[in-house]
Amino acid sequence: MPGKKVPSNGTEGVGVLSPERKRPQAGAFITTQFNSLLGWARKFSLFHYPFVTACCGMEYMSAACAHFDIDRFGAGWTRFSPRQSDMLLVVGTITQKEAPVLRTVYEQMTEPKWVVAFGTCAVSGGIYDNYAVVQGIDQIIPVDVYIPGCPPRPETVLDGLLKLQEKIQNQGHDWRWRKRRS
Amino acid sequence: MEKETILDLLRREFPDAVRETSVSLGDEIVVIEKEALLPIAGFLRDGPGEFKMLLDLTCVDYFGRKPRFEMVYHFFSLSENRRLRVKAALEEGDLRIASLTPLWKNANWLEREVYDLFGVNFEGHPDLRRIFMYDGFEGYPLRKDYPLRRRQPLIRLKE
Repeated sequence: MPGKKVPSNGTEGVGVLSPERKRPQAGAFITTQFNSLLGWARKFSLFHYPFVTACCGMEYMSAACAHFDIDRFGAGWTRFSPRQSDMLLVVGTITQKEAPVLRTVYEQMTEPKWVVAFGTCAVSGGIYDNYAVVQGIDQIIPVDVYIPGCPPRPETVLDGLLKLQEKIQNQGHDWRWRKRRS
Repeated sequence: MEKETILDLLRREFPDAVRETSVSLGDEIVVIEKEALLPIAGFLRDGPGEFKMLLDLTCVDYFGRKPRFEMVYHFFSLSENRRLRVKAALEEGDLRIASLTPLWKNANWLEREVYDLFGVNFEGHPDLRRIFMYDGFEGYPLRKDYPLRRRQPLIRLKE
């Protein structure tokens, strides 16, 4: 009957293109952009490296363990080697003495990589406006997401993680890593 | 007759070295001459008070006052369960005092901390170098005349 829609059984197009070639079943493929696919894959498989230096580490543990469980968002794997991780979580106060260490860890991470400043001290130095403390880690390394709070609640951490996922999804992904010439 | 306190004992044993004694909130305080620190500390540790534990030692900067610096030692007696505070004044031009490392091993790091942050020289210390700040750091950051906004970053920072 013309105009009437019946549920597809996947056989009605057979033989249209060529008699030998079967069409895939309906719903068996999706169309997307490669960039979007890469973003989708990367945002749900963030291996993180916790650079924990201060009391914010307690909230990091709370967010990472079963009560709040960042594994629900695909960021459950903690890698204690910077070479295997994508997301650098800078949790806590960074002193001037520690700044070279943090920069080395960042440089050891392989691309693609993202940095999260976790807590007020990492964001801006916090209450430690003195001779010993770096006033925000963005003076040392580039930062993608800033999570405020002293320390931040685990919900804030999850919110920051979702913000980072949104950013990764909408990023242009350089998927065949070209050699960067300086 | 009342029992002789540790302050009376110190005044009797070291009449020239003890400047003044007082009691504040139940803790005894004794101010001494800095030259007599080592014999007094040894007497406190091995004498009848049995102050066998060095809890902490630190320095105070009374900027604008003479003498400017004051060393503060906290001792604890495990057998008597009491504390004793010993203070010694230091002139700004003569920042030297005897080290307590021959008597207490933990004085090593505590004195390195005071050396690092105040610049007090401990005579007889086996390894007097900075403990918190890095090599190349200039000045003593806990002194009152260290500039509030002075930063000495190890690596180049972005503005």
